[in-house]
Amino acid sequence: MLDSAMKQPDLTRLLCAGRVHEAMGLGNRVFAASLARALSGPVIWLITQQSRERLCPQGLVRFFDPARLILVSPPDRRALLQSMEEALRSGAAPLVTGETGRAPDLTESRRLQLAAAGGGRGLCLIADAMTNAAETRWHCSPRPGTETAQTWDLVKNKKGALGTWSLA
Amino acid sequence: MPDEPALPCLRPQGRRPPPPTPRRAAAPRAQAGVSARTRRILAITFPHLAAEAQLRREGRRGLEIPFAITGAVKNALRLISVNPAALRAGLLPGMSLADARAACPEVATRPQSPDRHEAHLQALVRWAERFSPIVGRDREDTLVLDITGCAHLFGGEAAMAREVSDACAALGLTAQTGIADTRGGAWALAHMSPGIAAAGHTRAALEDLPISALRLNEDQVEELSAVGLSTIGLVANGPRGQIARRFGVETLKRLDQALGAEPEPISPARAEPRFAARLSLPEPVGLTRDVMAGLENLLERVTADLARAHRGARHLRLTAARVDSRDETAEIRLARPNRDPMRLRALFERKMGEMDAGFGIEALHLVALETETLKPTQARRESEGDRLADLISRLGNRIGFENVTRLLPNESHIPERAFTTAAAAWSEPESFPASLPRPISLFAPEPLGHLPGRPPEQFRWRGETLHLLSATGPERIAPEWWWDDPEWRSGPRDYWRVATREGPRLWLFQTHRPRPLWWIQGQFA
Repeated sequence: MLDSAMKQPDLTRLLCAGRVHEAMGLGNRVFAASLARALSGPVIWLITQQSRERLCPQGLVRFFDPARLILVSPPDRRALLQSMEEALRSGAAPLVTGETGRAPDLTESRRLQLAAAGGGRGLCLIADAMTNAAETRWHCSPRPGTETAQTWDLVKNKKGALGTWSLA
Repeated sequence: MPDEPALPCLRPQGRRPPPPTPRRAAAPRAQAGVSARTRRILAITFPHLAAEAQLRREGRRGLEIPFAITGAVKNALRLISVNPAALRAGLLPGMSLADARAACPEVATRPQSPDRHEAHLQALVRWAERFSPIVGRDREDTLVLDITGCAHLFGGEAAMAREVSDACAALGLTAQTGIADTRGGAWALAHMSPGIAAAGHTRAALEDLPISALRLNEDQVEELSAVGLSTIGLVANGPRGQIARRFGVETLKRLDQALGAEPEPISPARAEPRFAARLSLPEPVGLTRDVMAGLENLLERVTADLARAHRGARHLRLTAARVDSRDETAEIRLARPNRDPMRLRALFERKMGEMDAGFGIEALHLVALETETLKPTQARRESEGDRLADLISRLGNRIGFENVTRLLPNESHIPERAFTTAAAAWSEPESFPASLPRPISLFAPEPLGHLPGRPPEQFRWRGETLHLLSATGPERIAPEWWWDDPEWRSGPRDYWRVATREGPRLWLFQTHRPRPLWWIQGQFA
């Protein structure tokens, strides 16, 4: 597979609006933050209350201004999916990021896709892949042996080619 | 009182001597007949308010069996308020519940609810505005009305007082009224001997009343009674200097206020405008569709009121009265003030599923509990801010407003305190300044153990063995001495940004007390 050079991919084109995408791997939060940088307007980020890993705004500031961030903490995964649907349907934010843990199953992801049809853009940060209705799935990992470099692998794409991007 | 030789002669010997010449310039005015400046004050007190209000709420006004409201006072359940029947049975407010039960076993009681009591008083203030535009509250349960120039509209003061009592009786409340030239005088009459002191005769009317009519606290009353100063007349005729010295100027101030020597205006407790509407249904309804239709009607009325007052609702409550006299409520909150009936309706629609109609709903009541100023704006297209506020309202009503938050910068070097979390509905976004490199994920520090090396060459974290590739640091962060955080008792920390051969980039730190220990607190990617 051809490396698309050391160039930042055009995330807004690859992760089209009106669909829900998925990102997994250690670097998926950085991936979501990079996507937020490429967009403008509010960013809704859903993390369940059980999650131990909090977002640190001083770390996000490298990517986008945390003033754009609305943090939603639903009590459990089910409420997270419901709230994510709500946020996608409203179309108030160009990016809705949900940390679902386990990937949404076929029904759940189908529901998210329907909610996003209004124009929102969803991104599920997942722990493991599953067969579902996600538009694209990315595997994001820090490149071993480097200090900041990342490798973004597009491992599923319903309407286009797969690819690998390396970021310095 | 042997230490004070002057006081015993204060005791009356038969008839009181005529009052000494007034010492203050203001006093003659109170004594002189009706002057153009004389004010007339009506005080209304409700001796059984809490008990009677509760009975009224339960639809049993005028209950003839003893009834009392109880509350915890000084670690004991005591009677707070009793109805007239209980009073006749010998129960008094302040009695302990156990004593009351012993004296009168058939007494029925309810626990007190201070919020309701307050709401009830506010409702009475609103109600009293029909008699005079200036209505204030004095102490716990007394309304004071400035009725100067109002009484003739009701056929004179006596007729007015009668009308107040009758109207209260119709509400199921016992009211006592007093009318005098001064606020203190009216208060005293209402509490001690309901009646009217003719203009200019307040002093004469008050002279024989006990000093507890002076709005003094219990200790002051007790001290004054202990030396025989048991009526207002005795205090008024006593030597002012000595009274002030022994009992405090507060005593004299209350006396002067009652007698009119010291002005005491009424600050109108203007009732907050209330945005509420009620709908009684001819037949009980049970279908969501019917309730929503009723709700639309109420929303239109409430939002029209809000629009007139240039306000928007932040918190609304819909109460549905069921035929089995149980109330079902639904509440919504809003991220920003709003008075658009369709938006509010959409938020209520979701809550409808949680309401149980039981055997049917016969009345609906909608009230805006919190409102904020909302200036009228020109009709315009829905902006992005509106849509975001709508979304915050919807999410907040679903999972709680405290769970929809924004991160705000905070002045601190401690990583976990360098930002605060604030409810998005009640905060404005704030930009973050650029900072030293910080991880994107932060978690509670996880110990790695006492490892050699700075930073350690190899460590185990979450079941994985990681090898050091490169490290940047140390960045020393000292605890804030003004903030005792148990997490930071181990002293300053040396933070390192660590890249590992396996991939994870982590934020490690080392504490030095009691001996060097490594921890992980964050992850860069």
